[in-house]
Amino acid sequence: MVDVPLGHVGPIPGADIEDVELYHPHSWITKYVFAQDAKVIAIQYSLTALSVGLIALVLSWLMRLQLGFPGVFSFIDANAYYQFITMHGMMMVVYVLTALFLGGFGNYLIPLMVGARDMVFPYVNMLSFWVYCLAVLILVASFFAPGGPTGAGWTLYPPQAILSGTPGGQDWGIILMLVSLMIFIIGFTMGGLNYVVTVLQARARGMTLMRMPLTVWGIFTASFMALLAFPALFVGCVMMMFDRIFGTSFFLPAIVEMGQPLERSGGSPLLFQHLFWFFGHPEVYIVALPAFGIVSDLISTHARRNIFGYRMMVWALLAIGALSFVVWAHHMYVSGMNPYFGFFFATTTLIIAIPTAIKVYNWILTLWRGNIHLTVPMLFALAFIVTFVNGGLTGLFLGNVVVDVPLSDTMFVVAHFHMVMGVAPILVIFGAIYHWYPKVTGRMLNDTLGKLHFWVTFLGAYAIFFPMHYLGLMGVPRRYYEMGEMSFVPPSAHTLNAFITIVALIVGATQLVFVFNLFWSLRHGKVAGGNPWRATTLEWQTPETPPPHGNWGKEPPVVYRWAYDYSVPGAMEDFLPQNQPSAQTVSGGAHG
Amino acid sequence: MAVALILVLIVVGSVAFHLLSPWWWTPIASNWAYIDSTIVITFWITGAVFVAVVLFMAYCVYRFRHQPGRQAHYEPESKRLELWLTLVTGIGVAAMLTPGLFVWRQFITVPQDATDVEILGQQWQWSFRLPGPDGKLGTSDIRLVSPDNPLGISREDPNSQDDVIIEGGELRLPVGRPIKALLRSADVIHDFYIPEMRAKMDLVPGQISYIWFTPTRTGTFEILCAELCGIGHPQMRGTVIVQEQKDYQAWLQAQASRTFARLTPAAQ
Repeated sequence: MVDVPLGHVGPIPGADIEDVELYHPHSWITKYVFAQDAKVIAIQYSLTALSVGLIALVLSWLMRLQLGFPGVFSFIDANAYYQFITMHGMMMVVYVLTALFLGGFGNYLIPLMVGARDMVFPYVNMLSFWVYCLAVLILVASFFAPGGPTGAGWTLYPPQAILSGTPGGQDWGIILMLVSLMIFIIGFTMGGLNYVVTVLQARARGMTLMRMPLTVWGIFTASFMALLAFPALFVGCVMMMFDRIFGTSFFLPAIVEMGQPLERSGGSPLLFQHLFWFFGHPEVYIVALPAFGIVSDLISTHARRNIFGYRMMVWALLAIGALSFVVWAHHMYVSGMNPYFGFFFATTTLIIAIPTAIKVYNWILTLWRGNIHLTVPMLFALAFIVTFVNGGLTGLFLGNVVVDVPLSDTMFVVAHFHMVMGVAPILVIFGAIYHWYPKVTGRMLNDTLGKLHFWVTFLGAYAIFFPMHYLGLMGVPRRYYEMGEMSFVPPSAHTLNAFITIVALIVGATQLVFVFNLFWSLRHGKVAGGNPWRATTLEWQTPETPPPHGNWGKEPPVVYRWAYDYSVPGAMEDFLPQNQPSAQTVSGGAHG
Repeated sequence: MAVALILVLIVVGSVAFHLLSPWWWTPIASNWAYIDSTIVITFWITGAVFVAVVLFMAYCVYRFRHQPGRQAHYEPESKRLELWLTLVTGIGVAAMLTPGLFVWRQFITVPQDATDVEILGQQWQWSFRLPGPDGKLGTSDIRLVSPDNPLGISREDPNSQDDVIIEGGELRLPVGRPIKALLRSADVIHDFYIPEMRAKMDLVPGQISYIWFTPTRTGTFEILCAELCGIGHPQMRGTVIVQEQKDYQAWLQAQASRTFARLTPAAQ
């Protein structure tokens, strides 16, 4: 049995340290702009990331217009197209998903869920956001720089990334991209250290590691991984910057550029790929693990059932986190690296499927014999499982080295990674926003608009990416500005491309419903109360909603049980908050 | 209820799309039918898992949806069930990985009798080099590239002299003979990709990578670049014509004017 104290409650140690004294804001600026309250920083991170997400959404529209209706839109030339796909990819992976899960949800949820008053380094936390904001500004500025942003693809492979045949290669584009990434990493490191140290050091009394909600486990593991993975990207950026500006040859062997020999020799283009993917593969899980954690809590809460196999879920998270550092070269099966690496990386990659599958089983076994409330967060969680399972399974094609050969660099890959690390985590983000918005604002998001947003987004995204796999299976390469004539591609494939574009436009437009809902419900949403979902975790037990700076009023909470005491036999309510000492005394929504 | 139904429809729709849609791989023209078989095995296993998981979810959503008076079952974990599921998953994963690794071993083990063919990529065209009567390709170095030696081939190497050079034209290959493609790039990373051959490998400047395949039927196939190589990437196309052995030999003999020695005289 898991640590589930019902009758008996383990002894709770006394506080080791004095309650912390927080820096309280004295003015509007220190409260809302240069704020040190993790919750304000979380909102700053989230709004910035969502804004970048809207830019990336528009970019995806533009590239889909070109793919669906080639030649119709004269302002989308090859240059612009490659700039759009590059910026869309980099924005979504780094500046939206990473920032939103760790900077946004991490900041809001870690202190509240572990019962802390704030992050342990509030000032560094504030710097983290502003450094991130600077990175975003530099990235966006590249749209206005001479030559425009880089069009090297989000993987930025040299030599092409820094040569003249690529948009922005010999202009400002690539430099601004590299500078922005380096600044992002600096900002993230400040935040990441905060998240990790806060989880390890600032948990409430009684909140043992194995009582933490899986959301915290997911964000914690991902932050830890990011601290290990981002430095590889950082050095890659520094080296490429040297190659581009100072004429070094880290990544450039002797080559000929447009008929002219370049004065470089001895560098290795593959070195960059190893550095990039040593970051890039863990990055997939840096996005996925917080989503895994959050969705576990959404499913458990809205199915009114304890998460099934909690300990296995924690170990699976850690196993995935560790394994994700030894699978990176599965992105490089056809890169020209030593082909014998394929045996090792295919094996590790397929092994990682096992802990991942365990997580899926435990989610659906949590639904089994549950009491499923089909709320909007629950709908998003269900949709996450469908898209994640779909995208995870196609990963078994690409991870299995020889199967990857025909599929690599085709639209199959695009469909796969959008399904598994685009659509699936974004569905979790939406579910999480519907779930925690009441805590952040004190009001519920509108349910009807939420359901409209959900159904169009889920079914639309599935209709976009499921058929796209088959374009790749047919052999259509990715990153083609125009397919042109391909002897092996039937004309019907162009119809399919047009269909995908139309659905993408509809799904994109539907996000405006969501944005409207966010603003409208701020004033007109139903008043939520402190714990509208009747959830067990600490953030729902704060004395005030939205929680003020410091979160807990006079006394920080004391934790008596794990995070999943739903529908405990014999209890008066179908949930027991983590800070509830005894099952028998529960009588309603905890504190008011 | 509606939610469960839609989940079922997603499963039915996905399976129907897979079976009925006109979009499937192009017929194979090389010896890598094993790759296709491994893909089919993978489709079966992953398809079964997808159907099972989503249908189970649909059942749960229908059967355990909230109704007045329902209480969820409290059961933190079940070691037995979790162990079972882990084992079954492990077996499924092994069933996909094992054949995959066997085929990969073949994929990277070039037969002794394979004919070398050099593929050179540069922004944004393909060039090819075939060994002459001596069956050997001469050495090369990108630093030797010049207007009259566009592939950067060594003039000193005796093996170079009879090499047949085809710039921006069609690659011809004999049917039924294993080909080892030696891949070289003059500038950025490209990728030599012929969908019908199921073969694909990057051309990386500064090194020579390889793939091998045996064309199994005659015909004309398209060569695509599959690694983003700048704005001309989609236009970087080539053609490979697979011919009967005797037609190929006849063609090769007619290429006497395109040997390296003729195109790039040593005395300069």
